[in-house]
Amino acid sequence: MNVEAVWLACAVAAALAAVCGIALGLAASRLPPATNRLVEQIDALLPQTQCGQCQFPGCRPYAEAIARGEAEIDRCPPGGETTVRALAALLDRPARPVDPAYGTTQGLRVAVIDEERCIGCARCLPACPVDAIVGAHRYMHTVLAEQCTGCELCVAPCPVDCIAMRPVTVAAAARWTRAA
Amino acid sequence: MTTRNEFPSGLVLDAHKQPVAAEPILDVAPPARLRFALDQGSGVVLEPAVAVGDVVAIGSVIARPSDDFGAVLHASASGRVIAIESHDATNDDGGPCIVVENDGRDTPDPALPRGPIDYTALDPATLVDRLREAGIAGLGGAGFPTATKLATARARSARRLLLNGAECEPWICCDDALMRAEADDVVLGGRVLMRALEAESCVIAIEDDKPAAIDALRAAAQSAADTITVEIVPAVYPQGAERQLVTAVFGVEVPARGLPADVGVTCQNVATAAAVARWARSGVPLVTRVVTVTGSGVSRPLNVRARFGTPLATLVEAAGGYRGEPLRLIAGGNMTGRALATDEVGLTKSINTLFVATHQDLAARLAAVEVACIRCGNCADVCPAGLLPQEIHRTALARDADGAVRFGVWDCIDCGCCDYVCPSQIPLALRFREAREWLRERDRAAARAAVARTRHERRERRLQEAVAAEQRAFDVARQQARGESAPTDPGTAT
Repeated sequence: MNVEAVWLACAVAAALAAVCGIALGLAASRLPPATNRLVEQIDALLPQTQCGQCQFPGCRPYAEAIARGEAEIDRCPPGGETTVRALAALLDRPARPVDPAYGTTQGLRVAVIDEERCIGCARCLPACPVDAIVGAHRYMHTVLAEQCTGCELCVAPCPVDCIAMRPVTVAAAARWTRAA
Repeated sequence: MTTRNEFPSGLVLDAHKQPVAAEPILDVAPPARLRFALDQGSGVVLEPAVAVGDVVAIGSVIARPSDDFGAVLHASASGRVIAIESHDATNDDGGPCIVVENDGRDTPDPALPRGPIDYTALDPATLVDRLREAGIAGLGGAGFPTATKLATARARSARRLLLNGAECEPWICCDDALMRAEADDVVLGGRVLMRALEAESCVIAIEDDKPAAIDALRAAAQSAADTITVEIVPAVYPQGAERQLVTAVFGVEVPARGLPADVGVTCQNVATAAAVARWARSGVPLVTRVVTVTGSGVSRPLNVRARFGTPLATLVEAAGGYRGEPLRLIAGGNMTGRALATDEVGLTKSINTLFVATHQDLAARLAAVEVACIRCGNCADVCPAGLLPQEIHRTALARDADGAVRFGVWDCIDCGCCDYVCPSQIPLALRFREAREWLRERDRAAARAAVARTRHERRERRLQEAVAAEQRAFDVARQQARGESAPTDPGTAT
């Protein structure tokens, strides 16, 4: 057998291995890891209420747990059936109803502070995951309805129970479109 | 003129309008109390510009829109604002309205210009602004502010004006009556709109089942025959739908999700043109419109000119009152009309017809029992937008949002031809409205989620930074307490 040919074959194999190794190494360091991309995709389907009803401290931690295979997809009451179906389609898992142990699905609601009763204790401010409550010590607080996700996390810390959840009604006018 | 019908299909329907359109238009006396809905039908809830107790006159601004999709609303009688209340308005669930007590004196607002407006002396952009202030809105049923449509058309250099006198929907004949009685106003309005658009030509399109209106407009347009022409289109429903009419008259198709302005056309209803003419002749803003009061449930169906805010019950009285057993009160015709909950609501800019339907008028619909789709394809044959309604229906039932969009749920013009021919009696148009509603809801939820995600991420970062800063401060303090040399910032003296 030709010794040179053997050497050549070895050299080509080594070169190929080196090129592939460098390429893979670069890809691993430059491109986001696959689980991270999956987390992004899952997170994009969650409703971002940051309510913690899934027992994770926010939507992203829940997305990470789903991606790791540590949590079921039926823990998100605010997302309801729509979210479960979307997650099931993405992850190729069977869709199932939201587990009632984590809460019940309701329409969009926002927190409303009864400004007459608010004592300005500021305890609800740090509870809000999206900084949607405006106020300061000894001053009345109010909720930015546009930004409120309806997570209810501000309700429990209020010492005077002046925060109520109110359903958001979509303007009826937006309902019908007409031809000409 | 050429007669064409180039949109895919449509239906020839029983019109139910001839004898009514021939009757003269009756002026309805202003009522003692007027109710002005803050949603005049364009889907925008106006902001009241008056308070309870304010004195208003004819033409006083009582409500303004917060964006370009609503039209300024004026008082149509003089008197006093006695309430601003939540009330069942034209859009089923209702909305707030302004209640004005009529003092019967009909005083005009002193701020209004007196006498005719010399529109030829105004430059086109100013003319558009004046039309906006005059509250002119599309009287064909959409209630969309005319000035906004004109401004869009100007921005896209749409130089052809199309006046829509097709009026294709059964039962509706207010435009027919108006064209017969006020043809000169339609032509004058066309001229004003042409000035505002800097338009080169104006076509008035009328269906061939309205010969009297065609003759009246031909006579009125004689003096301006070089720029304003009357074109006859076949009486096929939905000939009067904007896109379909553009196709029938100009032989071009308006692109999906596009506007007639994209093919160089601006479409306005003939009643809108007549309203523009009224304003130009008198300087008084839009405060009245012609309404068809019809159906087997009224004694003497006819067309009336009434002030906005007039309770619909008053219009029914003008038509001789209820007769027999009225079943539904419908704003609009039998194809696209919306059922109203009560006749106490005030007339809005978008109510072109008050259809008091009895069992006889609605028999076919009432007897309908929905069964499964048999995929016969009748709906696709009649769809004037060239869609496949059976496929949209299938995707909508499965809540397959992407599928519904792919099959053109947004291109549906809501004409109802598909439900009319469906042998399975499926209310297809209604299903598509619902589908569009949940698609919009989905988009709104996505937008809300995106904002919430950003705010949450920023907050998390801020809290982490606060913890880190506290830790640094603690480290510095501890080192100083131990008497060691604290790490110093090179910029500060120690």
